[in-house]
Amino acid sequence: MSQKEVVPLLMLLPFAGAQTAWDMLHEDEMFPRITTSCLDLDNILGGGINCKEVTEIGGVPGMGKTQLGIQLAVNVQIPVDYGGLGAKAIYIDTEGSFMVERVLQIAEACIEDMTECNGLLRKDFQAGQLKMHPNNILENIFYFRVCSYTEQIALTNYLDKFISEHKDVKVVIVDSVTFHFRQDFDDMALRTRLLSGIALKLMKLAKEHGLAVVLLNQVTTKYIEGSFQLTLALGDSWSHSCTNRVILYWNGNERYAYIDKSPSLRSASAPYSVTSKGIRNSASTCKRIRMM
Amino acid sequence: MANKLISEIGLPKSIANIFAARNIVTAKDALSLTEFQLMELLDVGWAEVTSAVAHISAIVCPPYQSALSLMEQRVKNEHLAGHLPTGLKGLDEALCGGIPFGVLTELVGPAGIGKTQFCLKLSLLASLPSSYGGLDGHVIYIDVESKFSSRRLIEIGAKSFPEIFLMKGMAKKMSGRILVWRPASLSEFTERLQQIKVSLHQNEVKLLVIDSMAALVSGFSRFGSIFKEIKSTISLALPIVFPKSLPLPSIANFTDWAHSRECEQGIPRQHPLGWHVSFIKSLAEFSRIPIVVTNQVRSQSSDEACQFSFQVQRWKETKEDHARYGSHLVAALGVHWAHAVTIRLVLEAKSGQRFLKVSKSPISAPLAFPFDITASGMSLLSDDGIELTGPDINAIHSQGHSDIINFTGESLQ
Repeated sequence: MSQKEVVPLLMLLPFAGAQTAWDMLHEDEMFPRITTSCLDLDNILGGGINCKEVTEIGGVPGMGKTQLGIQLAVNVQIPVDYGGLGAKAIYIDTEGSFMVERVLQIAEACIEDMTECNGLLRKDFQAGQLKMHPNNILENIFYFRVCSYTEQIALTNYLDKFISEHKDVKVVIVDSVTFHFRQDFDDMALRTRLLSGIALKLMKLAKEHGLAVVLLNQVTTKYIEGSFQLTLALGDSWSHSCTNRVILYWNGNERYAYIDKSPSLRSASAPYSVTSKGIRNSASTCKRIRMM
Repeated sequence: MANKLISEIGLPKSIANIFAARNIVTAKDALSLTEFQLMELLDVGWAEVTSAVAHISAIVCPPYQSALSLMEQRVKNEHLAGHLPTGLKGLDEALCGGIPFGVLTELVGPAGIGKTQFCLKLSLLASLPSSYGGLDGHVIYIDVESKFSSRRLIEIGAKSFPEIFLMKGMAKKMSGRILVWRPASLSEFTERLQQIKVSLHQNEVKLLVIDSMAALVSGFSRFGSIFKEIKSTISLALPIVFPKSLPLPSIANFTDWAHSRECEQGIPRQHPLGWHVSFIKSLAEFSRIPIVVTNQVRSQSSDEACQFSFQVQRWKETKEDHARYGSHLVAALGVHWAHAVTIRLVLEAKSGQRFLKVSKSPISAPLAFPFDITASGMSLLSDDGIELTGPDINAIHSQGHSDIINFTGESLQ
């Protein structure tokens, strides 16, 4: 090789593992996103939950965080033919909120929707019969129940090995990342250290395996600028740890999601609803679509 | 699993000895330190530390199962796939069978609305033989405020299941399965709770009721014992003598007052029941029984947090707007508790009609059922719930509801 060719290559050597921005952009386009089943929510997320990143979703009790978590665990399994990833999910339950009856309901509704779509679009495509059964979907969700922060840390450490053995896992949902860190922590410095350790490991996991990590968080109150306001739990240093942060809140009579923090997405809000089928477009969006 | 001893994990001898020498005894001790801290403390290389941590993590990590196997297990091993039917058809349908096993179900509402009545009925249902839809088991009823009435329990039983209760000896057998315990203090409760965990399985306990959780916090302040005395005096219909030295509020406002007194005295409001919440949840899960907890209400304070900072910046809504749902009552125990319960049933009164609302539930739509308290306990006036939109499902109303009811359901004016 001539010197002209070698010198640029030599300059890159100390940065093994680094990528150019151009390559990253190209890669981003290759990684599909996981749909939330709500059009508006997908839109503000740039198409859905991004793989290779950690997204934190927080809100008051009853907002639908667990619902969204379960919806994503189901939607990641949507076959590639239907625009999904055809992958599997890991659901880490720290609070015991994972109700199998609900997972079954959401899985059934997902298959119904796909079958309907099949009927509408593929009338001429005979071979495209959907052979999925709700039990198949439940089979592809790996459920871990974590009972203490020690187990949570141990699991976070173990995930790398687990995912290397189950390469088709493309989403890891932690419901909620907060629970075990809110009880009886006398040493707040320790808590901050442990949480940032977990955050770094999860980010590494997301990047290396090209999967989405979704962390569900709770809310707490904080005294800011003369009044009590709601804020996501776990403190200020934690809020720096996640790549993307979405807040679920009530706006009048509708549920809304707000992109609070993201390096690539605009700050925006979108309405969504929780129905018997899972997360769906809000009623007002449905009306708008019907009128169009 | 957190307390698993390092010595039992099977690490290579050399590194296990170093851990012991540095007094890192349990997995919790080891995993509470970062890899860098361990490197420094143990004076070993990075590779050794990471491999030791990976080994410990793999052992301590909880096992996994597929959601399918979880479901199959429940369907196979548990009554109605893990539900206690309440006998209220609309509610049972909304909850996919009834009060779920393994999680906390909360009943919250103003005083006298029917929370204890509901708990009495549930206790009965859990003790009934399975041929009558019961769990055929024992019940532990933690009666913090001395509201349990065995007379009323038998009445509900006799009116709801006359075929069983009028049989010789059945009333005694059924009520003999319900163990009522009145803790005298929070520490006594804490201690007993730990003992309960051990004996649940052996004693075939199929339901745990804590009536009420809020009273454990506010009721056990030094005003609590006075409050209890007043309540028992009322039930005896004796005149009450207020000690001159202590200003006492009306009974209905007691929890507000105790709450505000606590704040004044600087008693930390943050998670006073933090450990208990975690423990009770793990108890429910470990034993796969339903745990029903009642909660009280308090007035919403004017500086109550109800918006996120981005909402404040964007719309600069005044605080008055947030009273627009017409409710000034909120559940006691705060948002941390609200996150911890899996199912929240709100009992409220609106324009004199009582409603049971499924306020928080991962498996139900936000439905409201009108109900009444009759001789046979709670009964729904309609099994088709009204679906509510918006945050109103979480609001607690107390309009046209007088605080005191007698057991035949007539209000005392």
